Amino acid sequence: MQQRIGHILLWLGISVLGASAVGGIALHRGESINALWFIVAAVCVYAIGYRFYSAWVAARILMLDDTRATPAERLNDGRDYLPTNRWVVFGHHFAAIAGPGPLIGPTLAAQFGYLPGTLWILAGSVLGGCVQDMCVLFFSTRRNGRSLGQMARDELGPIGGAAALFATLLIMIILIAVLGLVVVNAMKHSPWATSTVIATIPIAIIVGIYMRYIRPGRVLEGSLLGVILLLLSVGGGGWVDQQPVLRELFNHPGLPLAFGVIGYGFLAAVLPVWLLLAPRDYLSTFMKLGTVLLLAAAIIVLQPEIKMPALTQFTDGSGPIFAGSIFPFVFITIACGAISGFHALIASGTTPKLLSNERDIPMIGYGGMALESFVAVMALIAATVLEPGIYFAINSPAGIVGALPSEAVATITSWGFPVTVEQMDALAKAMGEATLFARTGGAPSLAVGMASIFASAFGEHLLAIWYHFAIMFEAVFILTTLDAGTRVGRFMLQDMLGNLWPKLGRTSWYPSVIFSSALVVAGWGYFLYIGVIDPNGGVNILWPLFGIANQMLAAIALCVCTGILIKSGKLKYVWVTALPLLWLTILTSTAVYEKVASDNPRLGFFAAADDLSQKLASGVLPPEKAAVAPQLIFNQQLDAWLAMLFAALLWIIILDMLRMASRHLRGLPVAESKETPYQQTRLETQQGATA
Amino acid sequence: MQLATARSVCRQLGQALRLKLKQGWSLLRELSGDDAYERYLQHQALHHPDETPLCRHAFFKREQQQKWQGVKRCC
Repeated sequence: MQQRIGHILLWLGISVLGASAVGGIALHRGESINALWFIVAAVCVYAIGYRFYSAWVAARILMLDDTRATPAERLNDGRDYLPTNRWVVFGHHFAAIAGPGPLIGPTLAAQFGYLPGTLWILAGSVLGGCVQDMCVLFFSTRRNGRSLGQMARDELGPIGGAAALFATLLIMIILIAVLGLVVVNAMKHSPWATSTVIATIPIAIIVGIYMRYIRPGRVLEGSLLGVILLLLSVGGGGWVDQQPVLRELFNHPGLPLAFGVIGYGFLAAVLPVWLLLAPRDYLSTFMKLGTVLLLAAAIIVLQPEIKMPALTQFTDGSGPIFAGSIFPFVFITIACGAISGFHALIASGTTPKLLSNERDIPMIGYGGMALESFVAVMALIAATVLEPGIYFAINSPAGIVGALPSEAVATITSWGFPVTVEQMDALAKAMGEATLFARTGGAPSLAVGMASIFASAFGEHLLAIWYHFAIMFEAVFILTTLDAGTRVGRFMLQDMLGNLWPKLGRTSWYPSVIFSSALVVAGWGYFLYIGVIDPNGGVNILWPLFGIANQMLAAIALCVCTGILIKSGKLKYVWVTALPLLWLTILTSTAVYEKVASDNPRLGFFAAADDLSQKLASGVLPPEKAAVAPQLIFNQQLDAWLAMLFAALLWIIILDMLRMASRHLRGLPVAESKETPYQQTRLETQQGATA
Repeated sequence: MQLATARSVCRQLGQALRLKLKQGWSLLRELSGDDAYERYLQHQALHHPDETPLCRHAFFKREQQQKWQGVKRCC
């Protein structure tokens, strides 16, 4: 009884604390607000969501059964299917879902002020993203770990399955292009950043050879060696930057760097995995976890002040970083920090094959996403601790604020965010960069934010080292996503091409490997190239397109979940997945509509194409812009058709699901739900048991 | 008497700490896949005692090839 009262009081306390922190953030209108409020609000919201909502969903809707044998137990083959300690599964799941998205999205969305981003990261994750990850994980576990595409085909129909597969491939291509653009923008005319990022390639190869031939399978030793070399490469880059001859070797504009990234992506896709991809992945996982923990500790210890206002005037859609009003673009931009369709692929991939008990599903599915969302909150903090003037000077493309520093500061100051050329020059010098103007893509501003947080903890004279450490950390795991994504894209493409000519589907036939890798690389390479030559910065086009695609994949996953819930007679509770689905459908459809139909050339793709064609025809463009204008015009039109294709795919799947649901509710036969029959577990049911 | 109690408390604490560190270390090894080969040998001994297990090098080679077949990393 006493324990029960203590429990109630504890959760009452957490609720009150959480509510006051969220309320404080939302209603605060002062000069600055302490970052600790954000941490407190986030932790309380996740704790309440996990303790109550996920437990309720698990017990009432999914009806988890801890006496039921999981696929890992029934199909245990010691390889794919393997009952695993739940903390280990959590670690694998989190490492797989955590990518660069939650770092970049919130940084870009900070142009609306700190409030919209924060509220959506919190609400979107506990009510949407976490629920999606957990439900997909559950349904896949009950279906022997089947993939999202297979579940869509089994539960909705062949159209749903094909659409899900196709959507995934397209998202991958857009995602890799935008990530490549982020890395290129971080390396542009920065010998220090470029040499450090290039050094990560031989380092990964050394680690790969070490783990393959010198000490096979010694992952911890190899990773430790790699991390030490990576840290040295940050210092080494600083040394290169000091050498007058050497630094010119690494001092390049965007275009050659983009071709470098494209060439690298192709090599990484055709080289054996052990040489580059696998060791890079180990390093990136360790760097990511280490840096995220360091950032959390630094924010808690230092409690920096947030300088960005709660809301800026750019909520009306006139923002310099990307065009579009707060609805729907704050949701589209935050993307993975709140809800990410991509997670559904992981939650229906390896994770369900490792679960030793269904009881662990809320912790891994819901908890894993809550932690990912927490990373997004920290990225938002790192972006908003900067003076808003500096934040906009780094992130605004030259095409919007002006190419000359004096023009840029004048424009940004006129918005009410004072900044001076001297301030920016001093900052760039402290960070060891030639300039920080128009370094779009989010990585440099995140690195400046992280460097200032770290440096105030560990000494100001290390600013430049911390800045390049942050750039290296982002580049390492962006390039890992680029490698892994190109490879996955290649497999998917080979799978599809295999239907046309079976030989092309053989993943070990070298001509097919080269051909399909080249196709995938050409796909994202094209968007990367256009992003680099676009004077408005490319991010303005690519990030919203990626956000739309990722939210659409989430809607597809929720469609599958909703369909299964209806079929299994849980109509009463279907809102748990149907409401997030409805919201995402409204978001993506509105965003696509605006991107296609808006007559504002910064927002609408067709409007931009028309605007540029007119300028080209009337001869007002300077020669260097006129030369690339035809490509930009074609790209804008292509993007418009692509956005419409995304919306069409989504609506096809929704209508397919509704058709199935209405047949089921009218008592007509539908494809039977493929849940595997009950079998009792024989594993220890002790908490946290390792099988 | 009191000294003896204090000493035994210290020893118990030390043991508990050592146990925790050991658990943490083995969790880290399992998380990173550092002990994958040892677990594979255990699995083989338990379920397929008649087969000769792969050598360390061959096992790691097979593991890695297989690990990178599907969607492993996200955005």
